[in-house]
Amino acid sequence: MQRRHSGTFGLGETRKGSEPPGQGILPRPSDSNLKIAIVDESPIRAAILEDGLREAGFTLVERITETRNLLARVYAMDPDVILIDLESPSRDELEQMFQVSRVVKRPIAMFVDQSDTASIQASVDAGVSAYIVGNLQKDRIKTILDLCISRFNAFSRLQGELEEAKDALAERKVIDRAKGVLMKAKQLSEEEAYTLLRKTAMNEKKKIAEIAQSVVTAAELFK
Amino acid sequence: MTDKKADRKLRIGFIPLVDATALLVAADGGFTGQEGLDVELVREVSWSNVRDKLNLGLFDAAHLLAPVAVASSLGIGHVRVPIITPFNLGINGNSITVSPKLYADLAAAADGNIADPAVSGRALARLVAERKKSSAEPYTFGMTFPFSHHNYQLRFWMAAAGIDPDEDVRLVVLPPPYMVDSLASGHVDCFCVGAPWNSVAVDLGVGRILHFGCDIQSRVTEKVFAVRERWANENPDALAALIRALAAAAAYVEDRQNLDAVCAIVAKRLDVTPEIVSRTITGVLKVATDGTTRASNRYILIGRNNAMRPDPVQAAWIYAQMVRWAQTPFSGELLSLAQAVFRGDLFDAAIGAAPSPNGSEPVDGIGAFAGPRFSPNDIAEHLAAWRPRRSERPRLSIVR
Repeated sequence: MQRRHSGTFGLGETRKGSEPPGQGILPRPSDSNLKIAIVDESPIRAAILEDGLREAGFTLVERITETRNLLARVYAMDPDVILIDLESPSRDELEQMFQVSRVVKRPIAMFVDQSDTASIQASVDAGVSAYIVGNLQKDRIKTILDLCISRFNAFSRLQGELEEAKDALAERKVIDRAKGVLMKAKQLSEEEAYTLLRKTAMNEKKKIAEIAQSVVTAAELFK
Repeated sequence: MTDKKADRKLRIGFIPLVDATALLVAADGGFTGQEGLDVELVREVSWSNVRDKLNLGLFDAAHLLAPVAVASSLGIGHVRVPIITPFNLGINGNSITVSPKLYADLAAAADGNIADPAVSGRALARLVAERKKSSAEPYTFGMTFPFSHHNYQLRFWMAAAGIDPDEDVRLVVLPPPYMVDSLASGHVDCFCVGAPWNSVAVDLGVGRILHFGCDIQSRVTEKVFAVRERWANENPDALAALIRALAAAAAYVEDRQNLDAVCAIVAKRLDVTPEIVSRTITGVLKVATDGTTRASNRYILIGRNNAMRPDPVQAAWIYAQMVRWAQTPFSGELLSLAQAVFRGDLFDAAIGAAPSPNGSEPVDGIGAFAGPRFSPNDIAEHLAAWRPRRSERPRLSIVR
């Protein structure tokens, strides 16, 4: 018989009342002892997320960086929540846990709350997915998911800015080299060389960096 | 009437596999453009991502494992979102690849021609029994997703030889790009996956293709072109245009004059050589590192043998596998829901042609190498023929 972990249809209702096996006599864990596993192939983003979770009071956060034999690692850690980036093909391995039986001590479900498609969409958009192990109140996973979304989005913004900065730096370098070529070949001042590049770019409807690159390439050919 | 057909870019997700060929050629070969569609293909890394993005509406359509479309529509393992398919992207196309060591052991244990899955299955059963006796680690088999023919075909093959795939071996989900590494490192002894990964393993000398998927079942719908039912209802014109573009592309793919162009398009999207794509499309595969090849005109069917039209028998077969392996209970209602996923009517409406009967196809629509003929009207009875000794035990164990 398949155990339909119908947590997927609104965790609050289906999970209520059933205690996590082995923890029946313990009080409900507070946020500080909620165990969270982060599976992320980007170590920087994982670190950013981990920091955020710690700041928010979740102290038991562990990163799983090696995805080989992922399920065994997840079982060994036995987390309450698993966060995985959508760039990881290993996500399909986690999906197998929905089906799983004896090896998993506690039921696992993907966090899908049909009453709140927007937050799921936001998480998929941000590139992160959350899996819940055992019983967990909806509002608590929501806090974690929201935190993931904002950290993931912040990370991609940072990454975007970094890329832009890198591009700008590379462009500046090639423009400087092209200016040098023109100054030498045509006996121009730096300003005149730049003006020539800019004019050509405007006439040809191209970016200055592109024209500069052609100048540099041509100069190399004539060497 | 024009719905959103031409005024918006359609985002379509795919996994880099050769069985996405009809879709890739439709988009990159200009067939969708001819229909006035603006299509953006989005490459994905996991079936979970494809399913979620399709379900959430981030994709308009997707290249999808046929069993995932059924699972999503039935709400098995995940939230229920009705998905339909008006077009099969590929029939068959998988292979079962084993490590050179397992191949040698199977050959030594075989009581006949190992190319026969009944023989190889019996040989495997002997090896499995030996391992059990000596308390050695069980064999590990890789497949791509719980709801996939890779999973079902491995199970079918093993179970036909009396192996209990849940008790006697380990079955693990592995993303296709990790299959080859896992075989090389000994993490798995065997895997069932689509192209190009079997060929990649052969070329690297870490695997040998033991069976083509069509050795296990002569005809199964491997991948479908999937859309949300709601999207289909709201965008009938765009859907019909997509079906026409896909059908034109599929026919183009099957014309061998276009082989180079087709392989170039697919290879570019998959980051592999055109030659490796061509092996799958032509069904002439190098099966061993020494260069031994094997050909089958059933290896993958894309635009021939009526491959494109969704067939409810295939949906019933998929549902029967889900029931057989305890992923869902049996009910007539669920069976009807599953069959309603495969929308031959939408295909007919768009193409406007009656399906051509094909004499070379299996009489029951499936053509499994073992067991009784399949009948969608008699799934309970069909499965009774396979009924194992146990029923209430949990299945699909992974790690022990």
